[in-house]
Amino acid sequence: MNSDNFHLFVLPFCIGVLFLLIFSVWKYWRWIRGFDKLQRAKIRKNIWTWRFLPAIWEAFREGLLHWRITKKNLLLGYMHRSLAFGWFLLIVVGAVQARLAFPDGHPLWIAIFFNYFEPSYSIDFPQAEFYANLMDALLIYVLSGLFLAMFKKVWSRPLGMKRTTRHTLMDRVAKFALWCIFPFRLLSEAATSSLYGNGGFMTRWLGNVLSSMGVADPAFELTCWMLYSIALGTFFCLMPFSRYMHIFTEVFLIYFRQLGVRDSDRKTGYTMFELSACSRCGICIDGCPMNRELGIVNMQGVYMLQSVRNLELQKNAEPIAENCLMCDRCVADCPVNIDLSVIRRQVRIKNKAAIDNKNGYGYLRNVQPFNSIGRVAYFGGCMSHLTPGISHSMEAIFNAVGQKYWYMDKDETICCGRPLLQQGFENQAFELRRKNTEMIVNSKATMLITSCPICYQSFKKEYKLSIPVMHHTEYINMLIESGKLKLRKDDRRVTYHDPCELGRGCGIYDQPRNVLKATTTLLKTKEEREHSLCCGFNLGNPLLDLEQQTAIRNAARDNLLAPKPDTIATACPMCKKAFQHADNVPVKDIAEIVAENIIKPNN
Amino acid sequence: MKKFGFEISKGRQLNFDEMKSEKVEKLLELVPSYKWCIGCGGCTAACSAAGFTDFNIRKIHTAFFRAQYEGLDEQLNQCMLCGKCLLVCPRGVNTRSLIINMRRILANVDTVTWRPQRELKSKNEGGNNE
Repeated sequence: MNSDNFHLFVLPFCIGVLFLLIFSVWKYWRWIRGFDKLQRAKIRKNIWTWRFLPAIWEAFREGLLHWRITKKNLLLGYMHRSLAFGWFLLIVVGAVQARLAFPDGHPLWIAIFFNYFEPSYSIDFPQAEFYANLMDALLIYVLSGLFLAMFKKVWSRPLGMKRTTRHTLMDRVAKFALWCIFPFRLLSEAATSSLYGNGGFMTRWLGNVLSSMGVADPAFELTCWMLYSIALGTFFCLMPFSRYMHIFTEVFLIYFRQLGVRDSDRKTGYTMFELSACSRCGICIDGCPMNRELGIVNMQGVYMLQSVRNLELQKNAEPIAENCLMCDRCVADCPVNIDLSVIRRQVRIKNKAAIDNKNGYGYLRNVQPFNSIGRVAYFGGCMSHLTPGISHSMEAIFNAVGQKYWYMDKDETICCGRPLLQQGFENQAFELRRKNTEMIVNSKATMLITSCPICYQSFKKEYKLSIPVMHHTEYINMLIESGKLKLRKDDRRVTYHDPCELGRGCGIYDQPRNVLKATTTLLKTKEEREHSLCCGFNLGNPLLDLEQQTAIRNAARDNLLAPKPDTIATACPMCKKAFQHADNVPVKDIAEIVAENIIKPNN
Repeated sequence: MKKFGFEISKGRQLNFDEMKSEKVEKLLELVPSYKWCIGCGGCTAACSAAGFTDFNIRKIHTAFFRAQYEGLDEQLNQCMLCGKCLLVCPRGVNTRSLIINMRRILANVDTVTWRPQRELKSKNEGGNNE
């Protein structure tokens, strides 16, 4: 009998747990100290509110049940859930079982190696049989997930992943240790069962098999438990240096996010939490247009975070961060909701610091605003000057509803600053933002309407304007809903292309569709809304050449042309320009379609 | 005040022996489309910054090629990177990348000698593991 409550084999496990505990506390404490002023203020403001309740729910739903992954693919969700939730339950039920056996308390390892230290428990107490069987069922649950994980390594398609992540050596070793844990657990419990006849239905059966093979031997039993303990200890020791750090970090990240903390343009402690919360699942790789159309698989979110996180890879951080369309498809796909584009921008800002010279815009000093009390300001955006149909249509719409307006950038175009910011020219972008803000404030306009989703996102998120900002699709939708604008319905069948910056960037999906439904017949496409494809001409990537941009564009075009529409509709001058010469099907902005169908009140 | 260009301009003689082409070569390596330019000036016509100043990408392009670097960095700082030039270029020159990289080369910032893979993958292949 193992009457003693200690045996040397528990040491690797104990050392692992202790190391993990000390190391994580030290790391988390350092990261929390690294939060910037704004983030600290958010935490201080919201920490004594009930926000921890939704955080707990989200941590349970995403950290254990993996809801978002399940929505992507049932089998993939099952794999993650069985490993996370199954292991969690194994620990909880193990702790309950140990507490029942030792009402006066026990050392930590008793709960983990329960069957070794208390082999007679499930025999002596009939009610304990239930726990033994439950533990076995849970172990089967975890092992089924483990089997799927191994299967995924060989063939990942059935689990909804075309490509999987290329892991670093550390991640592979840690994964191997993790994969060893559960088979070793089963084996050691079976070995104990072969000697004492304890355990649940599966361990007992496997124990009988072992005895019939003639390996029922205390030395064999001890070896198995030793291996189990070593596997656990190795995994815990490697955890802080591998992707498995996401297990605990995600919980913290969810909590901070619920408190309202957001990433800034500098690398802060919060960024460190985001970097470590990435589980490197590789879901971001499949959706990325750079992978789908160009076969470039070294720059997706998972590799970008890896290059920022791992010191030895930091020399690659710049090229990886630069080569991205910033279409936010990965952000929409990410099951952990990491703000990948903001982190990418942080790297870009850091790399452009040496040439970020804001003194070049002296020439804007003389640009004066137009006194527009009672008017709306209309900002066409740089790109609308290349697609004048959009701004002309907007002017027609303004005139049709009798709205006085000020076309802000009719002759003198000042960029909104977002293209600069996307490339990491933070100070220069600030300079343009300052000038535009000054113009808008001094003009005393009541509302800002813009035709370009890039400008729209910039005005909405980066400017601190006190007047409402609207994209023209939102504005037209408002006019239709309030009855100011009457439209006739034509017999066109259209498909709608969601611009990245408008859809995923600002969450405007329904307003453009409502407008289109009011005038035309809107067809569904295969990949739309948050899964829409980038047109390839996005200003985010300075490295792609025309040929590569066209390849990405063609994929998006094929998606739009699949339902055989008469017209492709979009809401972005850049996307319009991209699709314009892609096919014989005409490409129109929503404003143009609306302007063609206005019913004039006097007719 | 508008300048009509009647003032005496500086000598524009070029000495090819004194020209240092390392910078041009570096730029060509980073932005291969640099050499596709036919000097049509479409970029300058579309340019937002050119609406306010005499900022002229075509001129800068030529000056850089001729190693006349004087005052070029101040010129380049006027660019707002809005990307209109990119869309009007009939040759597909990556003008934004050109401007960013010219600035880096002129400021002697270590540039990464790296470009995206140029091979285009056919759509049906790929999708393997690891």
